Amino acid sequence: MDTLPTNIPLSTINIGSICQIVSLNLQGLLRRRILDLGMVPGTSVQCIRKSPAGDPIAYLVRDTLIALRNEDARQITVTLL
Amino acid sequence: MSAIVKPMITLKEICTEAETIRLTNQNSLGDKIVSDIYVNAEIIASLAVTRKISEKPSLDSRLDDILTSRLFGFPIMLLLLSTVFWLTITGANIPSEMIGNALFAFQDQLVLWFNLAGAPDWLTGVLVLGMYRSLAWVVAVMLPPMAIFFPLFTLLEDLGYLPRIAFNLDNMFKKCQACGKQILTMCMGFGCNAAGIVACRIIDSPRERLIAVLTNNFVPCNGRFPTLIAIATIFMGGIVASEYQTAIASLVITILVMLGIAITFAVSWALSHTILKGETSSLVLELPPYRKPQIGAIIYRSIIDRTIFVLKRAMIMAAPAGAITWILANVYIGELSMIAHLAAWLQPLGYAIGLDGFILLAFILGLPANEIVVPILLMSYLSSGQILEVDSLNQLREILISQGWTWLTAVCTLLFCLLHWPCTTTLLSAYKETGSKKWTLLTFLIPTVIGFAVCFTVAQSARLLGLV
Amino acid sequence: MDKLSIEEHRRMLREHFGITTTPGQFTVALAGNPNVGKSTVFNALTGLHQHTGNWPGKTVDNAQGSFTYLDSSFLMVDLPGTYSILAHTVEEQVARDFICFGKPDATLVVLDATCLERNLNLALQVMEITPKVIVCVNLMDEAVKKNITINITALQKELGVPVIPTAARNGIGLGDLRHALYEMSIGLALTNPRQIRYSSEVETAIQELAPKISRCIGHTLSPRWVALRLLDGDQAFIDSITHYLDLENTLQELAV
Repeated sequence: MDTLPTNIPLSTINIGSICQIVSLNLQGLLRRRILDLGMVPGTSVQCIRKSPAGDPIAYLVRDTLIALRNEDARQITVTLL
Repeated sequence: MSAIVKPMITLKEICTEAETIRLTNQNSLGDKIVSDIYVNAEIIASLAVTRKISEKPSLDSRLDDILTSRLFGFPIMLLLLSTVFWLTITGANIPSEMIGNALFAFQDQLVLWFNLAGAPDWLTGVLVLGMYRSLAWVVAVMLPPMAIFFPLFTLLEDLGYLPRIAFNLDNMFKKCQACGKQILTMCMGFGCNAAGIVACRIIDSPRERLIAVLTNNFVPCNGRFPTLIAIATIFMGGIVASEYQTAIASLVITILVMLGIAITFAVSWALSHTILKGETSSLVLELPPYRKPQIGAIIYRSIIDRTIFVLKRAMIMAAPAGAITWILANVYIGELSMIAHLAAWLQPLGYAIGLDGFILLAFILGLPANEIVVPILLMSYLSSGQILEVDSLNQLREILISQGWTWLTAVCTLLFCLLHWPCTTTLLSAYKETGSKKWTLLTFLIPTVIGFAVCFTVAQSARLLGLV
Repeated sequence: MDKLSIEEHRRMLREHFGITTTPGQFTVALAGNPNVGKSTVFNALTGLHQHTGNWPGKTVDNAQGSFTYLDSSFLMVDLPGTYSILAHTVEEQVARDFICFGKPDATLVVLDATCLERNLNLALQVMEITPKVIVCVNLMDEAVKKNITINITALQKELGVPVIPTAARNGIGLGDLRHALYEMSIGLALTNPRQIRYSSEVETAIQELAPKISRCIGHTLSPRWVALRLLDGDQAFIDSITHYLDLENTLQELAV
């Protein structure tokens, strides 16, 4: 059986997939804002939809839809569930 | 037994100790604290919340599938925006007329009272024909559109749709190193640029907030729409048969608005690469569920908070402006009124940018409120002692043509109306929001310089190419 | 450090927060995440008796409104909607400073029933600052639509503070809310707010600092909470403490 990919960027998961946050490689105010919304290591996140332009992408975290830009989502490491 | 007195510890010492502990933990305590709070929250939620998972996608999800889709997302946004405009413009016509008639009728009563009280003519002139008349004009022209626009905007806000607009357009703003939420401040600016500037608070990053403030004036506010519509209808619409008049005028307005938006992007990009260079922008945007709007609360919030707030400020500005304008129009130096003198003095500059001295002067005197630009212009052209409006567009066209207007004058006036300095209320809001004279000055200069440059280019090119 | 007298408190509210109260009027702080219907609760309770402005010296909205209940008058201060009160933005600072130093008679935290977990983050943080907290679980009607059930009794037991379910849009639960605010303000409500359990590194660090803090500034502020702020490196908070503590000293000296 294939094991699910681990430690991939959040920006690469497909629409509908659920994953778990491993770490955040972000700094400053952006980091605090994302943490405050509950995107802490161990939280599950689901990729819901993309903007018409492909960027930003909306994720479901703790019953809330949060849109993040690709470059920022790329800095969040996750494991597919 | 003697008491043992412990030495007082100062706050400073404790802070230093905390610093040490923090650094020993590689500065990760902050993250741990947030994580831990969420662990607690999860435990509590697991004990108190139960849910039944439903298999089919929610209404929210299906709505978002359409409203943010590649196919329908943008067209729906444009459609909604045009609908809001159309409702504002057509809905405001009759109330504006009614309010105007009522207030001007009262003006006649005021004149009567002043005369009965034996007031000197000049006093009646300054206070009633100048101050009161300008106030009445601004209220009649400003109040109805805002009373329609702001509730509509607040309705979209209450529905939960506005963050979707930011979601759809953020990519374009990212390319200019700005924030997607700027589109919402621009939408607010359509209602009133002063309100648009206050709305910039929704942008978290100070740098991006400044960009939004500095460029807000490129979006024409409700106060400028009557000017744009009147001129577009007369000149552009007049070229074709009457059944196409409104359509052509609408097209012209749409092009102007698109131009304003395009310039906003260009200037935002330029600012991000010059004086407002800084940390890269980021976006963390919550997309709340769609909710049924509360009509009562919407009307209250939009009328009390937004409409009346803006109206109050505008009235404070319009009153003295009206007084000054009356004085300039009725004080004569030699044969000509001061207005005529000033217009003559401004003529070379005005002509260079495709306008004339009177038009430029009208814009200058309209600094306190964009609504009074056309009335001041007509007053100057007809050397009447008070600002006036004419009854029909045909009458207006005749007056303008007799004053030497060509298609170039109309085009440049439209462009200058879109691209000139913000009104005093907007400048005041910019000062309050930025807290800085420097940025307020730039809020004034940026649209002005661009306006002059664009009109100059258009005028000179047209003349050089022999098109006029 | 002694508590401020009522007059000193009113003066402090006026001079530092731009809030004017009538004699005997209770102050209530209104906190909550964005998009939870906080304004609906605010409007429902205060109606037309409200006005908006800015917090002194900041470009942050401030709305205040009043209402009466059982012969007591209340001034409700609508704090900016924030996801957290750890204070990394001006809005969070304003909210934090008012709850912490403005010492309202009650703090009402509005939560969204459809995403309770995320909202509890703010509630728990507020409970660390002050025990005079009432939790309002709003949008109960939306929760029903989404098949979410909230066990209010269990929630109240876990949190240790009064929990009032509401659907403010439909006017449901507001009476209970007013009553809870009344009881809290006159001192009838005894709360036992749940203390957040942190992981061992954090708890050890708190134990190091908390006793020293309480010796230094007494019990006007929760020493545990101050320790957490210092460990987080919150410089603005340190400035605020120095500012407001000096302030209390000055006011008391003037009163003497």
